[in-house]
Amino acid sequence: MNAALAPARAQARPGPAVAGPVSQVRVVRSEWVKLRALRSTWSCMLIAVLLIVGVGAVFAGGEPYRVSASHPAAYAVSVSLYGILVAQLVIGALGVLVFSGEYGTGMIRASLAVVPSRLPVLWAKLIVLAGLVLPVTLLAAFADFFVATAIQSARGASAISLADPGVLRTVLGASLYLSVAAVIGLALGALLRKTAAGLSAFAAVFFVGPIVVPHLPHAVAGIAPYLPSSAGGALWGQPLAAHPLSPWTGFAVLCGYAVVLIGLAAWRLRRRDA
Amino acid sequence: MRGRIVIEIDGLTKRYGDKTAVDGLSFVVEPGVVTGFLGPNGAGKSTTMRVIAGLDRPTSGTVRVNGKHYPDCPAPMGELGILLDARSVHRGLSARNNLLALARTAGIGRRRVDEVIELAGLAEVAGARSGGFSLGMGQRLGVAAALLGQPQTVVLDEPVNGLDPDGVRWIRLLLRSLADEGRTVFVSSHLMSEMAQTATRLVIVGRGKLIAETSVEDFIGRAAVDDVLVRTPEASGLSQVLAGPGVTVTSDGTDVLRVSGVTAEQIGTAAWRAHVPVFELTPARASLEEAFMQVTQDSVEYHAGAAR
Repeated sequence: MNAALAPARAQARPGPAVAGPVSQVRVVRSEWVKLRALRSTWSCMLIAVLLIVGVGAVFAGGEPYRVSASHPAAYAVSVSLYGILVAQLVIGALGVLVFSGEYGTGMIRASLAVVPSRLPVLWAKLIVLAGLVLPVTLLAAFADFFVATAIQSARGASAISLADPGVLRTVLGASLYLSVAAVIGLALGALLRKTAAGLSAFAAVFFVGPIVVPHLPHAVAGIAPYLPSSAGGALWGQPLAAHPLSPWTGFAVLCGYAVVLIGLAAWRLRRRDA
Repeated sequence: MRGRIVIEIDGLTKRYGDKTAVDGLSFVVEPGVVTGFLGPNGAGKSTTMRVIAGLDRPTSGTVRVNGKHYPDCPAPMGELGILLDARSVHRGLSARNNLLALARTAGIGRRRVDEVIELAGLAEVAGARSGGFSLGMGQRLGVAAALLGQPQTVVLDEPVNGLDPDGVRWIRLLLRSLADEGRTVFVSSHLMSEMAQTATRLVIVGRGKLIAETSVEDFIGRAAVDDVLVRTPEASGLSQVLAGPGVTVTSDGTDVLRVSGVTAEQIGTAAWRAHVPVFELTPARASLEEAFMQVTQDSVEYHAGAAR
């Protein structure tokens, strides 16, 4: 009874329109509502942080590391960040879900109908995702550093500080690497639209590729260092790969992949029917 | 009254691959009345509405909402509110957060969000994940989303789908009150009977083409077929009595005749003169559903043929 009578009252509101113009800031606030309210966001972030710090703590429980000319301090930190190799999958999944979750549920139609110019939605998703992943992984990387060095020094290893060559870069690099990986996940989600397809593509590129490619015939194996995870791994000294690229060049290559994929996602979002 | 609060569709064609969903469709939806968008399933109604919302890009032709190309509107939520289908909400988000996310893009506050939640009768479930919603509740949430920005134009695709009788009545009253406020209200359905109770004007489509653009009144008038049902124990005798130019009598073998071309009064008089007993004499109007089937039949038949 009440619901039936409500329309006339609720609608008949003379005066200024309630809906203002769409702006990038407003779309960012909209995307933050979604990202913040989804359980998957916080479970992904929590798992990633636990993986990074937990694996670091476990590795720190091994042999005490002695810094020398051939054993740089930064390498010990890279090893303590081993958890990234798994955490990146969780963070990539979070990125994929940002778009595929909306395509899967149909919400994307509502989202694009209220922002018909569309691209602000992509930029907003990028901003809120990076805005969440960057600080959280930064905290995780620093926590990992302090936990691992505390355990190591208790076991009599050389003291390692953030001032040692390459150490701060490695810690910051871990967070930058994971943030760009999340962005690549987002682009894959936007391009493939399906969660399963996006996750598979991300895992293939970041997990399977680096394992398989080096074993392929020489001509193909040569690209291994230029795969996103290996190139980006140069910044945080990913311990499983050789890094012919300098840290920042490697990171630039990773960013290049992200830029190309985001560009494709933007093109597809703009051109294709939703 | 409020100027150009209309939807104008001009020569709209939309193809998906080699399948033509909408084929050279042109019509205008005017403010102040509820306009029904009728057609059998697959007639191109949803596609047309998706194009209106800027979700699908027309292959050719133009769509204007309030005189503008919708995707260029600076404040889209104030121009157009759209319900596409019950499932354009994120199942992992509560009703309130689904609405809040849309509201934020237009700077709409929580107060208005709570208002439409109340309006849609979702107050008690607003905080629960919408993944657990029934079809009807999802539909109410979609309608709430369409009304968030107090849009000048409201486009709803099959809003009564999945609603209980209470919900159906709610939608009807809501649509009329929106139209009474001078808004443009465009609602699709494949059910003629539903539209007859809600809409004032009709746009009827079949196979992506316009079949009729009319008022419900005219459509009902045109649909009225002056058949009379006569129940008599002497069916063949009465048939002979009634036979004449312009009169058709059909019998299904029982004691009921369907007579067209003469009025019930004429039949009663003729039967009385011929001493034929008549037990029942009923003027039968073709139902709206039948009339609708009639006007869309060609398009449906062609469609079925093409599918083979």
